[in-house]
Amino acid sequence: MGSLTRLGMFLAEEGGEHGGGGVEAGITSGWAVENVWLILVLPFVAALLIVFLGKANEKWGHRLAIAMMGYVFFHGTWLWILTMTDGVLYEASYVIGDLGSGFAFELGWVVDGLSSMMFFVVGTVALLVYIYAVGYMKGEIRYAGFFSAISLFAGAMLVLVAAPNLVQLIIGWELVGVASYLLIGHYWEEKENSSAGMKAFYVNKVADVGLILGAIMLSASVGTFNITGILDAAEEGAGELSSVAVVGALLLFFGAMGKSAQFPLHVWLPDAMAGPTPVSALMHAATMVTAGVYLLGRMFPLYEGLAADARPWIMLIGGLTLFLTGLIALVQWDLKKILAYSTLSQLGYMVLAMGAGAYTAGLFHLFTHAFFKALLFLGAGSVIHAVHSNDMRDMGGMRKPMPITYWTFVIGSLALAGIPPLAGFFSKDEILAGLTHAEGPSTAMVLGIGIDTFFFWTAVFGAAITAFYMTRAVFLTFHGEYKGHGHPHESPASMSAPLVVLGVFSVGAGFLNVPGVFTGMTKWLEIRANEFYEFHPESLDLGVALTGLTAGVVGIAIGWWLFARDADTQAERDRLHIPGLYPLLENKYYLDDFYLAIVAFIKGPLARFIDWFNGHVIDAVINGAGLVGVWLGRAVYGVDQKGIDAAVNGLAGAAGASGAVFRRAQTGRVQQYAAAFILGVVVLVISFVFVL
Amino acid sequence: MDFWDDGLGLSLTIFVPLIGALLVGFTSKKNEEPAKWLSLLTALVTLGITIAAALAFDYDAAASFQFGTDLEWIPGIDASYQIGIDGISLPMLVLSAFVTVLAIIYSWNHWDEPKNPKAFLILILVLAAGMNGTFVALDLILFFIFFEVVLLPMYFMIGIWGDTSEKKIPVFNRVTEMRLYASIKFFVFTFFGSAFMLLGFLALYFNSDPATFSIPDLIEQAPALGALPFAGWIFAGLALGFAVKVPMWPLHTWLPDAHTAAPTVGSVLLAAILLKLGSYGFIRIAIPVLPEQAKLWAPAIAVLSVIGIIYGSLACLAQQDMKRLIAFSSVGHMGFVMLGISTMTDIGINASIIGMVAHGVITGLLFFLAGSMHHRYHTRDMERLGGNLALMPRLGWILSFTAMASLGLPGLAGFWGEFGSMLAAYNPLEGLDEGLFRGAMVTAAIGTVLTAGYLLWMLQKVNLGKPSAEWEGHEFHDADGFEMAAWVPLLISIVALGVYPKLVFGATTPAVTELVAKAFGG
Amino acid sequence: MTLVQFLLLSSLLFSLGVYGLLARRNAVMILLSVELMLNAVNLNLVAFEAWIRDAFATGNVFAIFMITVAAAEVGIGLAIVILIFRNRATANVDDFELMRG
Repeated sequence: MGSLTRLGMFLAEEGGEHGGGGVEAGITSGWAVENVWLILVLPFVAALLIVFLGKANEKWGHRLAIAMMGYVFFHGTWLWILTMTDGVLYEASYVIGDLGSGFAFELGWVVDGLSSMMFFVVGTVALLVYIYAVGYMKGEIRYAGFFSAISLFAGAMLVLVAAPNLVQLIIGWELVGVASYLLIGHYWEEKENSSAGMKAFYVNKVADVGLILGAIMLSASVGTFNITGILDAAEEGAGELSSVAVVGALLLFFGAMGKSAQFPLHVWLPDAMAGPTPVSALMHAATMVTAGVYLLGRMFPLYEGLAADARPWIMLIGGLTLFLTGLIALVQWDLKKILAYSTLSQLGYMVLAMGAGAYTAGLFHLFTHAFFKALLFLGAGSVIHAVHSNDMRDMGGMRKPMPITYWTFVIGSLALAGIPPLAGFFSKDEILAGLTHAEGPSTAMVLGIGIDTFFFWTAVFGAAITAFYMTRAVFLTFHGEYKGHGHPHESPASMSAPLVVLGVFSVGAGFLNVPGVFTGMTKWLEIRANEFYEFHPESLDLGVALTGLTAGVVGIAIGWWLFARDADTQAERDRLHIPGLYPLLENKYYLDDFYLAIVAFIKGPLARFIDWFNGHVIDAVINGAGLVGVWLGRAVYGVDQKGIDAAVNGLAGAAGASGAVFRRAQTGRVQQYAAAFILGVVVLVISFVFVL
Repeated sequence: MDFWDDGLGLSLTIFVPLIGALLVGFTSKKNEEPAKWLSLLTALVTLGITIAAALAFDYDAAASFQFGTDLEWIPGIDASYQIGIDGISLPMLVLSAFVTVLAIIYSWNHWDEPKNPKAFLILILVLAAGMNGTFVALDLILFFIFFEVVLLPMYFMIGIWGDTSEKKIPVFNRVTEMRLYASIKFFVFTFFGSAFMLLGFLALYFNSDPATFSIPDLIEQAPALGALPFAGWIFAGLALGFAVKVPMWPLHTWLPDAHTAAPTVGSVLLAAILLKLGSYGFIRIAIPVLPEQAKLWAPAIAVLSVIGIIYGSLACLAQQDMKRLIAFSSVGHMGFVMLGISTMTDIGINASIIGMVAHGVITGLLFFLAGSMHHRYHTRDMERLGGNLALMPRLGWILSFTAMASLGLPGLAGFWGEFGSMLAAYNPLEGLDEGLFRGAMVTAAIGTVLTAGYLLWMLQKVNLGKPSAEWEGHEFHDADGFEMAAWVPLLISIVALGVYPKLVFGATTPAVTELVAKAFGG
Repeated sequence: MTLVQFLLLSSLLFSLGVYGLLARRNAVMILLSVELMLNAVNLNLVAFEAWIRDAFATGNVFAIFMITVAAAEVGIGLAIVILIFRNRATANVDDFELMRG
């Protein structure tokens, strides 16, 4: 059984405590780690060049993209090999802007066990998907543009993975979102597709609020964006960080829920199937959806220590996701959607593992899942390419015309179902084992039993469901009678070769971490700059392994029993008509309707109200003020015209009128004047004489 | 004499456009070529001077005013011709000259009715002189004059070249041409604010000892001015004047109307530069001169800012008119700028400056694009548009790119301002209510979601999908050489600022740090 | 002979002059009436001089002065009347109302 092992860093004395040998980083400098910028820049160079190449890009676009991704694959593999052999730890940052108060925006890269694993996964899967897409997308609209966007997609993911600080992580994070928008909406002539792209971007944008706020909270409390710095502070556990760690960690997790499509923010992912199949493969295997899990891994020392109280919530979300979305996959007819829901379910496993504190288990499952899920998608794409339909009711009997596709698909399905010795068995077993030991503060209760026990059984049940729906998919697609039209044939080599390569990985990847035998993955992933504790089993727990295996086998058996016998007529009667549950699943728990209602409310009544408010309340005040001004003006004008002027004119008029009266005295006859004069004299004389 | 001594170089940024405008006035009205070339030359020379200033600028002393002078101007009221630039005004000055050049290039063959390129170019150049002048002025009277000078050209641009469609004006209950309503509203609204601002300036003048209009001198006297019993009202007056220009909710309603009615180039200049005069005023004058009062009013500014963010975004969602949508988006984006300023920290003010520059290039470009689309479709009704990407791929992709930049995509210019503002709001200046500012931060973050919402929705309506039957058989010309010449520099600067924000921070950070330290004692 | 008799005669002449001034319409007759009033005053002055003698013979001196002035007055007055007559072909003062308001 496992024990709480102190891990971390590359210090040999620490690493000696567990069986697989010491964790040591032999390489902390050198060309390979100092030039990781090539990995980050080249995909963008490809994306840009393709845009500006003009006419020539139809011929050269995909070659350019593949060449650049080929280099990434090469460099990523190199780093992964260095990690596996010597251990690598390196960090570089370049300031791109100083914000003041000690905060600086930086770009750079981190090379450690975690990131070099991701470089390898992204490089490998992306390169294979590119090669596959050459065949798959041939003759499609915007052929070169597709390679530009997908290069942007992979490049953004690499920027995210390499991020030494939270700002760069956010940059990569959102660029991934944009690239997914471009790719999912590749056939944007149809509104359905552009809406799917928009939905993906938008749901992620909602979640990004959590990421950004969480990043701000943690960074502002510590005083740096640098992840190592934040984790160092988390390790010390003192200061402002301790008071916000849990909230900040939960906010970050909210961001992760968007990218890693956790319930209830998973709704974008099934719709994202609107994009071309290579996009689905890349998105579900190596880029985008793994970002959330990667973030949890990158910040794991925080979740493991200071923010341990956040982990029960993470477990809860992961567990809900793996169970609820797995159920939806049961009722799907669209082959790609089955795979999409299975991805959701598997992501639930990974998040559940991270929540339980099983760091290696979660990331190991990410690693193996990347290969077999890419394989499954590419296989599905191969079939879809052949029959020109996503619907399994148009397929059937594809086993004969498409043997390579069939066998690789079966391998992928078995890996997904967790059948040994394929990759999925080991990683899923590791998660189950981790759940039996979800120690630390994860002692929350669900339905009266410990959260770890509860979700252990959820995960086991989920494994059975997974096995069941994958069996259903295999039988409906490849067995029975062909129900579609046209003549399906095996895909070209550029498509089948990647299938074979991925098939090999799906078989072999699990052996990188077999408890008790070879625990390389554990060791490599623990090469980190920060110390942390995690649980990992030191030997294979037979009880757990058998429980998981039994679940898988039972699922396959039921599927076999239901679908193998008469696969050609399944289409008519395959309805697991469980009253109440079926419509609930078919409508995806009505979550989409719920969100749509919210969006419709905001976009409709609320926005209209604001617009009305703007035009009729605020503007009414403004216009009202204007109107009052006009009225005042009129009033003043009235007073001016009728008041003041009247007085002035009145005076003049009075003068004129009196003049008209008095002018009559002026006869112009001097004698009359003289008479008046004399009269006056007489009056004066009389008055002087008699009155005075 | 050295080119930068005694304010010669900076004065040229004001007087070259003015002289250019005068010379354009002497050109023939029949042949428009000389007028165009002359204006372009003028604008290029001005841009050259500002770039030379940016190169000659001493970034180690970015906090002090450089290349300036202080000449006696109107001794009777102690107004002087005092100019100079520091790290805060330098990016704004370059932006202003830069956008002016692009505006003239774009105008080359895009004349809104009633044409008359000569008059229009003169207005652009006068506008440029006013804008440059505002950014270099260090005397309140000089500042005020330039601040007001920009009103007139813009008023005429909107009033003469504006949208002639008729609209019923609420409350007035009268049907009027949009351009008339918008131009008058723009002018009166802004002027109303300016009146209070002038009152504030006068109050500062009469209460300073020795009485002065010089901004650096007033900053030195900040403690005494701050102790005045009615200093809070002085700040309120200044803030009102600047807030109208920004515009802050609820003083924003002139903006959508003015933008919608204005000719394309008018909208671009309005969005790219004119709005920044307001927020620049806060940083240059209101905060350093009256820091304590600024702190007092900061919560109110923060609340109004986030209301603006949410409100602007929601209003965008209700628009049918593409240009009006972009106009409303400015309310939201300037909300982020003001939120940054309201935190009164170096991070916040820094973020607000890069936010201003980013908004200038991004929204400027969006207005260019909206104008070009209107030019081709003769409508801005988003219900009728659609499939633009198929009809005009180049224009469509540039529109998509710019919309992405506008929603604050990390890695492009718009992100730093938004992120920085929110970061600053988490830890505002000591003494400010943390709870309130953190609430503002969360609200602003929700605002980013709404912003993404309306921009994505606009893209879907306008760019994606199949072109409607209405446009079948129409021959659409994709972006031409002049348009590309005007847009590519903006695209490049969006990316450059996004990848390397130090282009702005390099100048602003020392200046802002010094400003905050001086105002709030470290 | 008493002073009163002279004064009565003088009053009578003055009143005749006033009457003529107001009643006559011919400008020449009005002029003569004015002369009559002047001479009535002269008579008055001379009579007072005869009864109340003083060292300077003020009354006589004034009388002589007034005769001189009167002569000038008549000269100018007649000249004006002649000019008016020439222009208007009448000497009736009722026709001279250029100064009517």
